[in-house]
Amino acid sequence: MLLEWLARPENAKSLGLLIFFVTFCLIVLWVYAGGKKRAERMEEHKNIPFLDDDLDQETKDKSNG
Amino acid sequence: MAASNPAAAEQYDYEYIKKFTVMAIVWAVVGMAVGVYIASELAWPFLNFDIPYITFGRFRPVHTGAVIFGFGGSALFATSYYVVQRTCQARLWGGGLIPFTFWGWQAIIVLAALSYVTGYSQGREYAEMEWPIDLLIEVVWVAYLAIFVGTLMKRKQPHIYVANWFYVSFILATALLHTFNNIAVPVGLFTLKSYSLFSGAQDAMTQWWYGHNAVGFFLTAAFLGMMYYFVPKHAGRPVYSYRLSIVHFWALSFMYMWVGTHHLHWTALPDWASTLGATFSIMLLLPSWGGMINGIMTLSGAWDKLRTDYVMRFMIVALSFYGMSTFEGPLMSLKDVNALSHYTDWTVGHVHSGALGWVAMISFGSLYHMLPRLWNTRLYSEKLVGVHFWLATVGVLLYIVAMWISGISQGLMWRAFDDFGNLQYSFVESVEAMHPFYAMRAIGGMFFLSGMCVMAYNAYMTIRQGAREAGVAGRTAPAAA
Repeated sequence: MLLEWLARPENAKSLGLLIFFVTFCLIVLWVYAGGKKRAERMEEHKNIPFLDDDLDQETKDKSNG
Repeated sequence: MAASNPAAAEQYDYEYIKKFTVMAIVWAVVGMAVGVYIASELAWPFLNFDIPYITFGRFRPVHTGAVIFGFGGSALFATSYYVVQRTCQARLWGGGLIPFTFWGWQAIIVLAALSYVTGYSQGREYAEMEWPIDLLIEVVWVAYLAIFVGTLMKRKQPHIYVANWFYVSFILATALLHTFNNIAVPVGLFTLKSYSLFSGAQDAMTQWWYGHNAVGFFLTAAFLGMMYYFVPKHAGRPVYSYRLSIVHFWALSFMYMWVGTHHLHWTALPDWASTLGATFSIMLLLPSWGGMINGIMTLSGAWDKLRTDYVMRFMIVALSFYGMSTFEGPLMSLKDVNALSHYTDWTVGHVHSGALGWVAMISFGSLYHMLPRLWNTRLYSEKLVGVHFWLATVGVLLYIVAMWISGISQGLMWRAFDDFGNLQYSFVESVEAMHPFYAMRAIGGMFFLSGMCVMAYNAYMTIRQGAREAGVAGRTAPAAA
């Protein structure tokens, strides 16, 4: 019965839209909800590219150009 | 300019990243040279020389295949293997699969180009490869996914950095798109010819579902992965807002899949499907601009870098072009605008503002960042990076301005009526009017290609310098011991 209902494009399309829209809203809520501490914890991830900075030795610009 | 510590080469596997980097540059030169040649053929048709192998129809997919899959694809393999290792602090997983992806991918580009010049094509835009090559792509792509996910699984970081999300979505979406767009029945086991499973409007819709998502996931999401690592890393500052990058990722992933039908306005496609494509295209403006602002604002407080650092300039100009072409795209997806722009050179200009301005420039910036680190040396010449930057910028501007003028003129000429309701211009008159702009486009392409040759020289000299220094270090180490 449910499968039959789902097999109709007019039902499946609306249901799909609803599922995707609600999921997206939940993701946005998950990202921005919570207090300052949670926000800081989430923003902390932005430093990941710099965690292996010790492997990049800084050299003064001595390029030949 | 930072060089990599030798310890980096021990901790990470750079061997095939280096190979992919070199091939990205080689394919860029080849693909752009073919592009300049076909642009010149359109301006000066004698260049066809009545040789079937080099006519526009056969050379055009050679150009798109070499630049999108050869240059873009190799740059993505190189950067994704680099970024996933450095953000997970883990060595690349996969063993023999890694060289397989390299040799397999290069074989695909060569075989595809050979098949096009000899006249074999599926006739599907950006997916012209015939079925045996499609199967090879499938196998290489699964290996690529396994390597990437395998490396993510052995990460030392609990969190997966957002650049990797973009890379994973690109790999998964490309697998999905490639598979369904290429479902075809071969005429025989020993023939290259095959026929699509779909027909009519369905076939067109499948083609453009693939076509626009190739733009969305191959040419956008993946290069955003590049942007989210290399822009902060090169600027030495973290990305402006990590939370915005997450919303950017999910919004793109949710919306891009629906927009392909805007390529089929005013056709046999149902009107609702066409409207759906346009609606999602307009909505896409928000995440696209959110991402662009996030990238550009990463430089907030360090704008002075733009005055001195040409690699940074490449990246920021790339983001500006990303913003411009993601504004132009939704505009062109509106049915009324599309009635003017479709089938004209405006579309060609739009594609190239994205491909040259965004994709190529962010790749140049990322490759210039990686080159000294991969070969453990300095960049041979910063000045040559500057020369490349200006040649590329002037080239892309000449190209898109020429195509805007010719595209809008074409659209207006084709729809012009005289007082008696007859078409005011014959088709050939519109072609004649385009000639100066076709020449201008070819010249723009020559500028861009010249810049690419400068980059190839700079990269070659950097690699040679790195090899020389490694040789000296190798000789002095035992002596010191």
